[in-house]
Amino acid sequence: MRALPLAILLVLCTAASSAGDVSGKVLFHGTPPKPFLLMMNADPKCMAQHKGPVYAEDVLVNPNGTLRNVLVAVKTGLPSRKFDLPGKSAVLDQKGCQYHPHVLGVMAGQEVEIINEDPTLHNVHSVSKANPQFNIAQPRAGMKMSKRFEQAETFKVKCEVHPWMGAYIGVFTHPFFAVTGDDGSYTIRNLPPGDYTIEAWHERYGARTLSVKVTGPGPATADFTYEAK
Amino acid sequence: MDTWTPSQRRLHRFAVFTACCTFLLVIAGGLVTSTGSGLSVPDWPLSYGKLMPPMVGGILYEHGHRMVATFVGMLMIVLAYWLWKAEERRWVRILGLAGLAAVIVQGVLGGLTVLFLLPTPISVMHATLAQSFFGLTVIIALVTSPGWKRVVPREMPVADKTRRLALSVSGILLVQLILGAWMRHSDAGLAIPDFPLSYGQMLPPATDAGISAVNQDRLAGGLPPVELSQVWINFAHRLGALLTAIVVLSFVLHVLKAYQDEKRLREPAIVLGLLLVMQILFGALTVWTGKGVEIATVHVAVGSLLLATSACITLRTFRLFTLSQTEPEVSTLAQLSRS
Repeated sequence: MRALPLAILLVLCTAASSAGDVSGKVLFHGTPPKPFLLMMNADPKCMAQHKGPVYAEDVLVNPNGTLRNVLVAVKTGLPSRKFDLPGKSAVLDQKGCQYHPHVLGVMAGQEVEIINEDPTLHNVHSVSKANPQFNIAQPRAGMKMSKRFEQAETFKVKCEVHPWMGAYIGVFTHPFFAVTGDDGSYTIRNLPPGDYTIEAWHERYGARTLSVKVTGPGPATADFTYEAK
Repeated sequence: MDTWTPSQRRLHRFAVFTACCTFLLVIAGGLVTSTGSGLSVPDWPLSYGKLMPPMVGGILYEHGHRMVATFVGMLMIVLAYWLWKAEERRWVRILGLAGLAAVIVQGVLGGLTVLFLLPTPISVMHATLAQSFFGLTVIIALVTSPGWKRVVPREMPVADKTRRLALSVSGILLVQLILGAWMRHSDAGLAIPDFPLSYGQMLPPATDAGISAVNQDRLAGGLPPVELSQVWINFAHRLGALLTAIVVLSFVLHVLKAYQDEKRLREPAIVLGLLLVMQILFGALTVWTGKGVEIATVHVAVGSLLLATSACITLRTFRLFTLSQTEPEVSTLAQLSRS
């Protein structure tokens, strides 16, 4: 009987060692739209935190022609099992009357800490459909609250005090997601071997999907392309 | 002829003042929705736990609306009490109580819509009651005026038809305001982003595939995706506008033709026609400006003026003329309005 746990451990170790990464870039073709200048004069405390003009983050094209703030995640192909939650909380920060990060990926059930670092008041309103909506006041700097989202969906979080403030939270039942940064690249790590559909989602340009095969520890690549319209 | 006492004059002026403040309240409420500030204050009845929060960003609109609403509520309490004590006509006293009940219900609906995160049915009720309450305050101002009391009803052969048409105008305007509120509070104001066509066609998409196609373009154009129901409530409001225009214009033409010597009907009918033209123009501008805050709010305000004007005209058709043929459903209202 002692051999059984050892065998299971061996199988798991083998599976882990054969897991691979999927990485790629999200390319943007065409002329990006003109950045939208945010008018923060409705709240002088917001304006005072910025020395120069602040632009909307809905479309951010990096100097290397890639797109930032794209949420890339495995859509299909995963075994139907429960994945472990990450050890630490995800953080959504309100600073300079903007959300940081602008797009956040979390696992269903993972703790999300929402912080107000601004010297002004915010309301935090989730425009979720599968998860219960909330609208909570954070009137003072340093206030924190924790939330957990149990259902998979991507939804907007906004502040009606400062109507330019918006962020997106993608909730997944697995840990295989990433958000593109200032080089437009992403990496989804430790995927078990298999055939997957990977979906990229951008708040303005919508979803794109690609098929990718993970055969082992070697990297698989999936580059997405969005066209300017 | 009744003499108009100083007390009655003061009561009428107070009723006019209440109606004017209520109109400002409708504008303040319209601004809350137009600026998307409805949830900028998450708590109710206090605002961020205070009577007076910092008036920044969306709080300026939401808390400002609450302040105007509180003031109008107090005015309505005084008006209802005053009517109860000083008004001889029982039905006018009841109008005062109805106004008081409406303003209380309206306050509760406003609180509920905040606490339950703007559920569409409650928000629609709040918006519709706002415009109806404004109409009620205008009616109170009208029936407490000297002109109303001095009327000597005369016989008019076409009065029955006029009354029916006037009731139709008030009815269709109310339905159209409900449709407008429903569209506005289900975030469907730009569900069809062009006007007078709908996505370049006479009819908007009617299938899920059609909606998927337009959503791709909407996303690329910076507009949020829409659902089929949002598109069709928007289209229903447009169809409603067409029907309303036909009914209102028919009524205005009827009054201009049949009441050449009755300026108490002709003048408000002309005002009603002008308001209609203005309303259609601002409806179109609301779409063309991508729901510009001021434009959309004027559209709401003119909608409430249309309803109030039609309500006044309807009442006047009962007050000014005797029935040429008594009918059960209108006789009670006619009897009431004669006093």
